[in-house]
Amino acid sequence: MDSPAATVTSDFAIQTDKLSLWYGSFQALFDVDLQIKQGIITSLIGPSGCGKSTFLRSINRINERLGYVRTTGRIEVLGHDIYAPDVELVQVRKQVGMVFQRPNPLPISIRDNVLFGYGIHNKGPKPSKEDQDRVVEDALKTVLLWDQVKDRLRHKGTSLSLEEQQKLCIARLLPVKPTVLLMDEPCSALDPKGTEAVEELIWQLRGEYTIVIVTHNMAQARRASEECIFMLLGEVIEHEPTEDMFVTPKQQQTADYIEGRYG
Amino acid sequence: MRNGGDKPGGPKAGPGANWDRLGASWFIDKGVQVLVFVGGTSAIIFVVGIFVFITREGWPFIRDTLDFAEFFGSPRWNPTSDHNPTYGALALIVGTASVTGLAMLIAIPFSLGAAIYIAEFAQGRTREVLKVLVEMLAAIPSVVWGFIGLTVMNPLIIDMFNVPVGLTVLNSGLILGLMAAPIMTTIAEDALKAVPDGYREAAEAMGATKLQVVFKVVLPAAKNGLVAAVLLGVGRGFGETMAVLMASGHSVNLPTSVFDSVRALTATIAAELGETAHGSDHYRVLFTLGIFLFIVTFIINLLADIFVRGVRKKG
Ligand SMILES: Nc1ncnc2c1ncn2[C@@H]1O[C@H](COP(=O)(O)OP(=O)(O)OP(=O)(O)O)[C@@H](O)[C@H]1O
Ligand SMILES: [Mg+2]
Repeated sequence: MDSPAATVTSDFAIQTDKLSLWYGSFQALFDVDLQIKQGIITSLIGPSGCGKSTFLRSINRINERLGYVRTTGRIEVLGHDIYAPDVELVQVRKQVGMVFQRPNPLPISIRDNVLFGYGIHNKGPKPSKEDQDRVVEDALKTVLLWDQVKDRLRHKGTSLSLEEQQKLCIARLLPVKPTVLLMDEPCSALDPKGTEAVEELIWQLRGEYTIVIVTHNMAQARRASEECIFMLLGEVIEHEPTEDMFVTPKQQQTADYIEGRYG
Repeated sequence: MRNGGDKPGGPKAGPGANWDRLGASWFIDKGVQVLVFVGGTSAIIFVVGIFVFITREGWPFIRDTLDFAEFFGSPRWNPTSDHNPTYGALALIVGTASVTGLAMLIAIPFSLGAAIYIAEFAQGRTREVLKVLVEMLAAIPSVVWGFIGLTVMNPLIIDMFNVPVGLTVLNSGLILGLMAAPIMTTIAEDALKAVPDGYREAAEAMGATKLQVVFKVVLPAAKNGLVAAVLLGVGRGFGETMAVLMASGHSVNLPTSVFDSVRALTATIAAELGETAHGSDHYRVLFTLGIFLFIVTFIINLLADIFVRGVRKKG
């Protein structure tokens, strides 16, 4: 799905069709039909355990790490069925980057963290040192981390503050030029200042990447996203432009949740 | 600590029975505490005690007779000679080092490979069966290994390589390697298991294959623990006695190839100590060998410990 992706003129970055998912015998997603627009930020809200992470993780197919997960239905990323038998998992994960709830930089240097994906997906000859330096600088500048870490690129990624770690985790996705960034509560481990900084960063990445962000924070969803999806018990209840959903929710359950009646 | 013995009469049982039972549990509690304390401190006391004992037995020799240049530089080990005893331990040190070295050459790839397979690739039943097998291998007594070296490997080596003797560096190195591998596998596997799963998940989510995850993420992250596993294996090889005594040929010799017989430090002590007169120079030089062994293994274990701790400090 490398180059042909560019030829598909779909407005939607992610489309799912009757997506259902089971953990063993427990069904976590029920016939999820979603069309997520390209180049905007879509937030995913809903009470704890409603399947937000599960949905997100199936778009990157990282759910398959667990041997007991079964998925039915269809997921298309830029018009390509990512569960098609001839699809390469590695390519799916190149196109669809994932940011986790708890910052999880690898226990290697900051520089190597940024180059990790780049190295894995690089098929040609080993890039020169200058090439790598440029990639590292670009990625770290994009996430507004360059100035803080440019003198200690050889330090471990795990030695940074949580906010910096989360930025690093975003930075390391960029060198392979993904189209979709999935973020599962990326700010929940951060303090208010860190949250603000990372939110601002996510807002800046808008347009260049399609971003789906899970959040428990209504204010964040409202501030930081253009469309909003509300899920409940493994089903999609509502998918609207954020402003509409928060002002005039169509479903009673959505209204209840937004007003804090689910907790 | 629960101190129920003071309170007469529990809520449910009759007062008399309750007195007795609470009293017993209180004593058991106390008793176990004392036992655990004694167990914990006795380990330290034993180690120190052993060191003091072997030092006391060896010290007069080190002080009066020992010539360091001879001890570490001469291969002539002849402590039983009546008029001109020599105490060159070089051949014994080289013997031990060569056997241990070969053993590690065999055991390191073996055990690291096994640990990686068990920790990262094997699933469910396969993993359980393999772990039990490794533990069973670790439980084989060393005299059995020595016996295998003597009766199986010996003729095999003679046949295969067309050499006159099969009790050699090769034989004892192989045996020792097989002996050390299970322990090293277990420790290395623990080190791999200690790598947080989040690292693997992060790398896989970026598109890393299983092999890339292992080599680029898990192994570097577990590096210190793996080094510790190897060091403990080396320590095990250094200190092993019976199997080496049986499989090495036990002849004082500076080996020039793996087909030479050698004699190990430990084997020398085990074989000769019984024949010496208590307090004689020969008796004391054997204790000097013991002190040397003790110090070397102590350093190896200390290094291993430092490496294991290093994991936690650097995060
Ligand atoms: N690995 C798993 N094995 C079994 N069940 C799971 C697993 N992960 C999630 N579940 C179940 O699937 C359902 C959806 O979980 P999921 O983590 O997707 O919810 P969520 O909306 O992300 O919740 P939260 O807001 O707490 O993160 C829950 O009922 C959860 O218990
Ligand atoms: Mg979640």
